[in-house]
Amino acid sequence: MARKTIRTIPQQRAFMAVQDPEVRAGNFEEVAHGFKLDDALVECERCLVCPQPACVAGCPVGIDIPGFIVKMIDKDFRGAYDIITDTNFLPAICGRVCPQEDQCEGVCPVGATLEPVAIGRLERWVGDRAIAEGWRKESHIEPNRFRIGIIGSGPAGMACAADLAKAGCSVTVYEALHEPGGVLRYGIPDFRLPNTVVDAEIGNLIRLGIEIKCNTLIGRLFTVEEMLEEMGYDAVFIGTGAGSPRFMNIPGENLNGVLSANELLTRCNLMKAGRQPDYATPLRIGRRVAVIGAGNTAMDAMRVSKRLEAEEVMCVYRRTEAESPARREEIHHAIEEGIDFRWLTAPVEILGDDDGRVRAMRCVRMELGEADESGRRRPQPVEGSEYEIETDMVVYAIGTTANPILGQTSKIRLDKRGYIETDEETLATSLTGVYAGGDIVTGAATVILAMGAGRKAAMSIKRYLGIRDSEAVYRPPREGLEGTLFGIDEAERNFVRLRLA
Amino acid sequence: MMTGRHDAHDAEAPAEVPASARQHTDLTALGFPIRARSDFSDATFLLEVDHPVMARAARPGQFVIIMINDHGERIPLTIADFDRDKGTITLVVQAVGASTREMQRVCRPGASLYAMVGPMGVPSHVGGAGKVICVGGGLGVAPIFPQARAFKEAGAHVIGVIGFRTRDLIFWEDKFRSVCDELIICTDDGSAGRKGLVTGGIEEAIDKHGVIDEVVAIGPPVMMRACAELTRPHGIKTTVSLNPIMVDGTGMCGGCRVMVGGHIRFACVDGPDFDAHEVDFDDLMARLRRYRAEEREALEHWAEDCRRLTMQPSLAHDAGRD
Repeated sequence: MARKTIRTIPQQRAFMAVQDPEVRAGNFEEVAHGFKLDDALVECERCLVCPQPACVAGCPVGIDIPGFIVKMIDKDFRGAYDIITDTNFLPAICGRVCPQEDQCEGVCPVGATLEPVAIGRLERWVGDRAIAEGWRKESHIEPNRFRIGIIGSGPAGMACAADLAKAGCSVTVYEALHEPGGVLRYGIPDFRLPNTVVDAEIGNLIRLGIEIKCNTLIGRLFTVEEMLEEMGYDAVFIGTGAGSPRFMNIPGENLNGVLSANELLTRCNLMKAGRQPDYATPLRIGRRVAVIGAGNTAMDAMRVSKRLEAEEVMCVYRRTEAESPARREEIHHAIEEGIDFRWLTAPVEILGDDDGRVRAMRCVRMELGEADESGRRRPQPVEGSEYEIETDMVVYAIGTTANPILGQTSKIRLDKRGYIETDEETLATSLTGVYAGGDIVTGAATVILAMGAGRKAAMSIKRYLGIRDSEAVYRPPREGLEGTLFGIDEAERNFVRLRLA
Repeated sequence: MMTGRHDAHDAEAPAEVPASARQHTDLTALGFPIRARSDFSDATFLLEVDHPVMARAARPGQFVIIMINDHGERIPLTIADFDRDKGTITLVVQAVGASTREMQRVCRPGASLYAMVGPMGVPSHVGGAGKVICVGGGLGVAPIFPQARAFKEAGAHVIGVIGFRTRDLIFWEDKFRSVCDELIICTDDGSAGRKGLVTGGIEEAIDKHGVIDEVVAIGPPVMMRACAELTRPHGIKTTVSLNPIMVDGTGMCGGCRVMVGGHIRFACVDGPDFDAHEVDFDDLMARLRRYRAEEREALEHWAEDCRRLTMQPSLAHDAGRD
């Protein structure tokens, strides 16, 4: 086959159906339907299969992206799935929620002149196909004697658990809530990531032999130190997430009708609130909802409110769209669904009625001044520009601070802001044998960065325990010598714990 | 060693998993079995739930979150007692809303809770204070007990003040007598002990002893506020245990935020114990009302469901009741 060039590939991204904005704003079905097979194959043709792929380097977990796309072109979808799951156990999730525009797709050379290859959508297609077909990774695991305890069943913990289970460790994941998945479960709403997808991907992890124990609050039921000293864990990974919602300390914050995005999303996603009487958890959605903040969590909170039948939903953000930390796609979806964006607006006070319920929010207009340390222009209030917005529900989505429980209950060293201090290279904490990664180390970030941290910690744990470090994975035997070095499979980098079936 | 009669009884019920085997299995997979129940009144009942690991970890002042089933609410309940030998957690529940009434209906020995997580919250600080008044009113009577016991074990002179509406609702009097040096029982109608509110009992104790080192009060917010106002002029260190509306109980949702000393605190991870003189009780009480309409609606719906169940007894979990 002649080498593809930017001129010979399909110039437009392949078609992917999305739900009509007006319809979807009233339901919790997924917004994006995903590629159909033919469209996926067209999109695969857009990949130039670069010899030194920038996308792989741009991926926090280093998925062999051209590798899986080539498999797809060959219609070897199972093979594509195996390549992705060599490095990423949750393709259906990551294909949906990764900020690909800043990662793989952001560095794709096709993107220099055309729209980049829709890597995320292709990954999702493979992940969905795997769920539909019931594929699972055939890992041939030879158990070793090591026991690993993992705190938190979100993306960081699960990624770490998967790698260690594949290396033969016996892994137990502890989760404080009654269902596993962490932010994938309580945070990201169904229209972005259906719970059925989370269930399916977690099911794959359980089949690897990982044990998940819910309803277990580490630190209080037993401590990290007890896990190592009394319960016989050889190493512990902490992936508890950042978690504690931030408020602004303005008057009226405790009025009824003011809540954190975390509370709104947890009630709606985890507890299925607002669907009384089938589910017992209450949730009162306002008629006019004002969400403060413009990150991905704010977008989720607004779009959830819309779906729970708020008549009007506003986004109040003190900077402009250009500075907002949300994914472009999310902002775009929110605008399509009729969210009213009030850029350069900051709340100064929340006003209540006689019943102690929110009736309005006093805001001030902002203008952008000099750039601050984050490189974004610093917003400053315009004097005398205060005005009231009528609202009966205010949602705070202005970020989180570190969850205090592990700091309260163990001697682990925290940084100034209360996050767990780790060695950057190894993610080792101040306690021997204890590693940490994800939001509890970095502060709020993304699912894929947390997964990357989980995998990095898994590598360090293997090194710490003396399990020979290897990224090698079981792959089905292939024909001929293609992809081998002197006939030796390149993937076979001394992975002693694997035994070919 | 069990008696022969008990052994025979066990043998007759082969469907029951033996308690010994149950302790070693994964509780999460099976739910959390209810070992015993006793009803103190038509609204208040006690459950003992199996959870050996939690029974070992629990300290006075901590709480759990339970779910009846997978559609249920996450309900925070203060731990009323824990038995490390039996491996059980004791909860005392007041059936006031739809979820707690449903608990009252379905939670019987042999049944299991869908979820129980804990012990949550920072344990109470139990110093070796000289003279301590432990105040419990309403749903706070049970959770004040482990605190009174802990103070007794720490060598304090413990004065218990517990309040009930009427004589028939009194429970655990013997338990309190066993850990309190003095016990003042108050009833609203005067049918037993002192007539009036617990604040009267506290005043009586302060008058009698002159110097009191600490007061710990658990009960409805109105009662805790009254206690705080009573002790403030005396300058007595006073601790209250707050039970605001929560969802996760792990510091994640911020629903349980309370104002303490002008700052936002999360009752689930910073509390539930706070300095009573710093707590903004008006704020707490206003925030407790925020789902009142929904709660009322849920209760009506629940009552309607129950009526329907009694009309079709075959559907009822327990047709004999009501």
